[in-house]
Amino acid sequence: MLLLSGFAADAAGPGYFGYGKPATPAEIAGWNIDVHGQDGVGLPDGKGTIDHGADVFAQQCAACHGTFGEGEGRYPKLMGGESTLKGDRPEPSVGSYWPYVPTLFDYINRAMPLSAPHTLSADDVYAVVAYILNFNNIVPANFVADRDSLPKVKMPNRNNFTWKDPRPDTAAKECMKDCVDPKAVKIISSAEGKDLTPKTTGPLDTMGN
Amino acid sequence: MSGPIRQGHWHKSRRSILRIGAAMAGGAVLGPAAGAAEMENSPPGEPDWTKAIGAGVVDRPYGRPAEFEKDVIRRNVPWLTATPESSVSFTPLQSLDGIITPNGLFFERYHAGRADVDPHQHRLLIHGLVERPLVLTMDDIMRFPSVSRIHFIECPANGGMEWREAQLNSLQFTHGMLSCAEWTGVKLSTLLDEVGLKKEAKWVMVEGADAARMNRSLPLEKCLDDCLVVYGQNGEALRPEQGYPLRLLVPGWEGNVSVKWLRRIKIGDEPWFSREETSKYTELMPDGKARGFTWVNEAKSVITSPCPEKPVAAPGLYEVRGLAWSGHGKVKAVDVSFDGGVNWHSAQLQEPILSKALTRFTIPWRWDGQPALLESRVVDETGYVQPTIAELRKVRGKNPIYHNNSIQTWQIKPDGKVFDVQLG
Repeated sequence: MLLLSGFAADAAGPGYFGYGKPATPAEIAGWNIDVHGQDGVGLPDGKGTIDHGADVFAQQCAACHGTFGEGEGRYPKLMGGESTLKGDRPEPSVGSYWPYVPTLFDYINRAMPLSAPHTLSADDVYAVVAYILNFNNIVPANFVADRDSLPKVKMPNRNNFTWKDPRPDTAAKECMKDCVDPKAVKIISSAEGKDLTPKTTGPLDTMGN
Repeated sequence: MSGPIRQGHWHKSRRSILRIGAAMAGGAVLGPAAGAAEMENSPPGEPDWTKAIGAGVVDRPYGRPAEFEKDVIRRNVPWLTATPESSVSFTPLQSLDGIITPNGLFFERYHAGRADVDPHQHRLLIHGLVERPLVLTMDDIMRFPSVSRIHFIECPANGGMEWREAQLNSLQFTHGMLSCAEWTGVKLSTLLDEVGLKKEAKWVMVEGADAARMNRSLPLEKCLDDCLVVYGQNGEALRPEQGYPLRLLVPGWEGNVSVKWLRRIKIGDEPWFSREETSKYTELMPDGKARGFTWVNEAKSVITSPCPEKPVAAPGLYEVRGLAWSGHGKVKAVDVSFDGGVNWHSAQLQEPILSKALTRFTIPWRWDGQPALLESRVVDETGYVQPTIAELRKVRGKNPIYHNNSIQTWQIKPDGKVFDVQLG
């Protein structure tokens, strides 16, 4: 009985169950790759120039993202789109949208290149970040990326994010009768006749892709 | 019964299987040949399947759906993404009943493809602002006190293609980034108690073992409230597509934070502002400002029958069926309109009504063959009422991509066909 009630206790305290093994510093170091986007805490040793970044980018990134980050096919653009964010067709890119530079290091380091993620050296990642910032006209040609310089780069869109959820931002009522004028009920948009919907019967529809 | 007769039955049975197999291969299950078979197999005839004994146990050691259900599959929109490895597939909601999504039909969302993980080598590392950093094996994790809970997961981009206009004439593609399962695992709070949080602890980073090492930040309060670290999905191990052998489950919040193939939990005092919470999963407003950390999926509902895939056959009495859910808790009520939102009628909610889980609703409808505009509207236990797309656009414009929880309108035409439309 005592054992049973002990097992069910929620706030039993550290080490109560005693399962698993203490994580060693070496184990933690192998996986501890995360970088804080805002202040760059976690950025590793190393540095990279724009020239070196252009070489690495041409070999590792340009096939999908284009030589200057202009994008290939449906792969993401990494540049452009300044002053489009309030428009009808916004083009968010690293240059026009991303708020923090260390996030760029973190993401490239953990997930890129798509076909061989996490294979670039820290120096190469720093260099690619410098090159991307340069073709977005955010840093000058002599910029060197490292753990001190990256957090200091101010992205143009940095102050346009709010990190507190303002919802609910609608106030619909549970009206049951005569809620709108029947004459005002108008279809303004229909999916009918648009050639966008894959078939939902038969084999998977590749739509010619 | 004598041996030779039984032998004869076996032969006939095998021929029948061959005949069905040939019809399936030709994609003509309901063609003329099948029509003739239907007459033979309907009253007053004795159906073929009564004339011979069927396959024995363990003929299919792991079961599968009937051959006739072969169209009920996850499907994708090929033009939507650059590659299938960084993409999404949609659950065929039009063909499902109840509130539980079968494991093979649960929608997929990958950032760098499906990770196929060996559970014997998989480890969960918990470190950062803790007293006792730990490495846990799957066996270790399964020893902790277990809980099972039913919750939906919805990608916040569900309905994202409809922000600008009605585009996809299909329930599967407008709402299918949504599934619901019974999850089994250990409370995240139990694991955090076990490692011991330092008093500066405020934020938690969760990271996957996929090729994107996908990571997100979560506020500590949510982690201590109802998050689970799960290994079970509808009574069996997680499917690889849903993060086998271990994933996070963050009830009611946008699907992306329920990190799959969970390998690392790091405790910190600030959010990380990872790529998936800055460049993606943020909503661009008409004034050029963007909203981040908008985690909750607000209340939403949709009529699943009729829908574009399930047109109305002929005038007569129908049961209109649908799904409702809220990231803030339980569904309190669902109303249905047949005239584009002029008048509304209370639908019946089907038990069970669970917090942050799909809830079924039904309402009878006599269709007179006239054009109709069907809509459902959910109210959740906080009193929040699901908005129209016009109400959402008034505040958020047409470019947020995420968190479109608007009322869906299905247009019924006189021939019974159903179309995805939006009202102004």
